[in-house]
Amino acid sequence: MSDKDYTYAVARIRALEVSLFSASVLEQLLACADYESAVSFLLEHGWGDPQLENDGETILKTEREKTWKTIREMVSDMTPFDVLSYQNLFHNLKAAIKGVCTDGVDPGLFYEGCSISPEEMVRIVKEKEFESLPEFMRQAAAEAYETLLHGRDGQLCDVILDRAALEAVRDAGEKSKTGIIKDYARSLLVISNIKMAVRCCRTRKTLDFMKRAMVECEELNVEKLMKAALQGEGAIRDYLNEAGFKEAADALFESSSAFECWCDNRLIETIRPQKYNPFSVGPLIAYILARENEIKTVRIILTGKQNGFPESAIRERMREMYV
Amino acid sequence: MSGIVWALLGAAAAAILSGMGSAYGVGVAGQAASGVVSEDPSKFAKVLIIQLLPGTQGIYGLLVAFLTLSKIGVLGGQIAEVSLATGLLIFVACLPIGVVGLISARHQGTTAAAAIGIVAKKPEQFGKAMLFPAMVETYAILALLVSILAVTGIPM
Repeated sequence: MSDKDYTYAVARIRALEVSLFSASVLEQLLACADYESAVSFLLEHGWGDPQLENDGETILKTEREKTWKTIREMVSDMTPFDVLSYQNLFHNLKAAIKGVCTDGVDPGLFYEGCSISPEEMVRIVKEKEFESLPEFMRQAAAEAYETLLHGRDGQLCDVILDRAALEAVRDAGEKSKTGIIKDYARSLLVISNIKMAVRCCRTRKTLDFMKRAMVECEELNVEKLMKAALQGEGAIRDYLNEAGFKEAADALFESSSAFECWCDNRLIETIRPQKYNPFSVGPLIAYILARENEIKTVRIILTGKQNGFPESAIRERMREMYV
Repeated sequence: MSGIVWALLGAAAAAILSGMGSAYGVGVAGQAASGVVSEDPSKFAKVLIIQLLPGTQGIYGLLVAFLTLSKIGVLGGQIAEVSLATGLLIFVACLPIGVVGLISARHQGTTAAAAIGIVAKKPEQFGKAMLFPAMVETYAILALLVSILAVTGIPM
């Protein structure tokens, strides 16, 4: 589809962006006295489905479904959006492999809305019919399955699939002619590599493990990052400063939640220029990511309210909004 | 070809080219307008006005075509004797609104679609939003003036 083919969809998205939560609306949600009043606040703002049960998780699930339903209504070819579901698709594969290898598939662990349904994914893994998967999943699926079945190494199984997911996103970004998909892939790789380096550093993983887990990307020198991770968090911070990721280094120094916030905020910064793009698929992809970010932030607030966290602790974890 | 054929070709070019441009421009803006109205029907009037802006080039082309047809007597039923040189002059005189109408209407359509995005998010900025596609109109008006002056100024 050409950029002009998205004119209708982009204009509709512009109208929908008005109802995205701004930082001030989230402050109002945060100011709600308890979990129940926060849920009522969401319902008053049109979230959820009046015909369904009105607990927080159902409301958030409904909102996610609404987003994808709207996109499907507007666009006939969903191919440009595939890259957004790769991580969920690989997560479902991971859940299916672990479920099949342990004889305990938990339907609650699967994401809905992927190109392969959870039931189909479980069937493929059970029958070892990996050729039915998309090409970029086949080899990793077989390798992860064998690793878990014979080696009983759940962590290695995770690493194989996480790396395959990142490689799939990277390849999709490289192949795509759409700017936002390239930017999204680049940002995701940077964020994932930094997260992985920090995690490996904290759990004292070996260089070999890191080599299996991390994926080459343009913005980061992965070799240097791995060496820094071996030396400690201070070295990671130094490297990030040197590589132009000062904010990430500062967030890492501040706290884990501040670092997680930085990761999500960076993605929002990547998509923010799409607010001024009147054509192309970019604003649609940006809207989906903005909605995911909005839902995640609302989930953080609801979870905080449910567990009686103080406002300051919740606010520290709140993400920047797209609007 | 005789002069009358060239003159008629000029009238046709003015109407066809600018009409094509307007059809595209109004179409693109209409898609954007539909997108906004599907979510917020209260903005119908505002987006309709912006959608109509690229339609003017088609009207300008029609006006020049009428002037040309009138000049060569096709409208009155008595076709004038038009020399080859005069016919060619009339044809060339019709080109500005035809060509500029086609290009400006297409660009005005895409600008109008973008302006509709402004109205979708900030309806109170309607006046400013309308100005952006309206600026494109300037060049269509200039071309219209040139075509009118040229067509009316050519001696028969």
